[in-house]
Amino acid sequence: MAETKSLIGTQNKKGQTYTDTWKMMNEAPRTPSFFTGSEVIKEALRRASCDVMIAYPITPQSEAAALIGELFAEGYIGDYFRGESEFAVMSQCAGSAFGGARVFTTTAGPGTMRAMENFPMWAGARLPIQMIVTCRGINSPLSIQPDTLEIAYLLNTGMLVWHAETAQDFFDWILKGYMVSEEPEVHLPLALCCDGFFVTHTKDVVNLTPADMCLPPYDPYRSPVPCMDMECPPVRMMRDPFVMKSNYISYATHASWQQEIWAAVERSRKHSIHWLNGLIDTENTDADIVIVASGTAVSQGREAIRLLEDEGVRCGLVKVKTLRPWPEEEIREATKNAKHIFVPEFNVTGWLAKEIRATVPNPHRVHAGPHVCGGMTMPPEIIVSEIKTALGMKTFSLAGRGS
Amino acid sequence: MSDYRVLPGPEHFLPPAAASMGIRLPNPGEAHINGVITSEENAYEEAARQFLMAKVPTIFPGPLVLWAWNEKAAKKATAIRHLFNTLKECVQPNQKPMLIPMPDYRPKYPKINPEIEINPNHPNLTIWHNKIDCCVFIGVHCHQANLSLKIIRGGTSCYTIAMCAQAGHEDAMLSFRDASVDKIMRLADTIKRLKGTVQPKLTPVKNAVSD
Repeated sequence: MAETKSLIGTQNKKGQTYTDTWKMMNEAPRTPSFFTGSEVIKEALRRASCDVMIAYPITPQSEAAALIGELFAEGYIGDYFRGESEFAVMSQCAGSAFGGARVFTTTAGPGTMRAMENFPMWAGARLPIQMIVTCRGINSPLSIQPDTLEIAYLLNTGMLVWHAETAQDFFDWILKGYMVSEEPEVHLPLALCCDGFFVTHTKDVVNLTPADMCLPPYDPYRSPVPCMDMECPPVRMMRDPFVMKSNYISYATHASWQQEIWAAVERSRKHSIHWLNGLIDTENTDADIVIVASGTAVSQGREAIRLLEDEGVRCGLVKVKTLRPWPEEEIREATKNAKHIFVPEFNVTGWLAKEIRATVPNPHRVHAGPHVCGGMTMPPEIIVSEIKTALGMKTFSLAGRGS
Repeated sequence: MSDYRVLPGPEHFLPPAAASMGIRLPNPGEAHINGVITSEENAYEEAARQFLMAKVPTIFPGPLVLWAWNEKAAKKATAIRHLFNTLKECVQPNQKPMLIPMPDYRPKYPKINPEIEINPNHPNLTIWHNKIDCCVFIGVHCHQANLSLKIIRGGTSCYTIAMCAQAGHEDAMLSFRDASVDKIMRLADTIKRLKGTVQPKLTPVKNAVSD
């Protein structure tokens, strides 16, 4: 491997000190700041030692993309430009990452779908690009409001997929995400998702690390595939072109290659556990009723639990932080005592409930819902109502509320 | 811990990636043998034994050590030459150590000459043609190494060892991690120390070829 000197303790051109990431995230003082989620993305990028950011406007990620443009003007981002479409952006991200850059981009809804062909390509090429997905509706009739259906499409691309609940998660996970996805045995792209607007356009108190500390730069020579370096041997040694011949060994290569992507997802598990302090968070999992959720549905579930406690019903909570790697064993363990597992989701298909049904024994315990979609909010009362109905308790309809 | 073990093949038409079967990579200071985490000390002993037992123990250096693209690569290449020379000194006359470079990964099929070249796309050809029953990968990019190791495990009975400069390889039967010049030299020393204490396989090898 290349002789690369550690830059930790030295300063970049903006006077930020390259800092050991564990110390920066866990030991450095934090400053409470009142920011929107989009502003938090900008602040994370200020500290990310990012080489290239490529933007294309689509709501609700446009604001974050524009704010990162300001960072470029201030000199915190190596290069920044707008692609001509989402497909182009993701292809340009690939080119930048092939060239050894730490790459960041943002996307949402139909833009994510338009670019979809690139994501398994990123994973197959082992490119540790980080992409923020500020989820919104993807289907007709179009909605620009939060809807997590697009996450379902990302789950089988070979990318790491994390689902942040809050702006604080977003800030921390953007920085930690690079540490996981750039591990040589992982080296996969990360789709860091949040529920658009609920996170991106809501102000919240977020504890920020010092602005004069930043991540160590990406070292492309730790890549598990040859770095495209035309100056330094092994020069001109591109990655294996796909061998499109119809024979056993070319198929075996393709098959092994695909398996290797998912093996790398598995290898990310220990690093994700290390940086995120576990793939899930749990509360009261000895209860008969457990809510399992990801994203802002966790917040709504937490509030529903508080409401149910007022009525004498005790519930537990499982917050799923990473969807890929999927926390199979953790969810099985956390739900082993549950007689009823409720999965509230901001999408119409219930992809999370399907994953959980495929994971736990006695899957009849899993109640898929409540579901909202198309940008509707999910009042905690409808989670309460769903749980009480399943338990045979009297509940009131919310349909007439506000009329 | 997984019950799955990474053993010499031929395992399957399409063997699973060992990571997907619950095999985990060693932490710094550790190694794995057949997917079971062990100390580096054990791994040196076992790797040396496997080399001394094999009919055709073979070193496959990859591009990360074959090209003198930095000082460390050049030193590693020198250490690998020492390892090969040590191996030649320590085996018996009926054993045939080999050093087969893997200078790059560009596919050459169908013109690859499997007598002289290994390539990640068809490593089994090189192993079949040379009847290799034990090999070590050094200086091969991790992704390419994993492809090769899995194809080898799928179609041959060759015992595979990986000396990885990064986190190691689940798909090898034995893997070191954080490989350095010192570690290569230590493997050579262990082979030297065990010389004469390990008997080569007396019966013809399983031909290292899939049935």
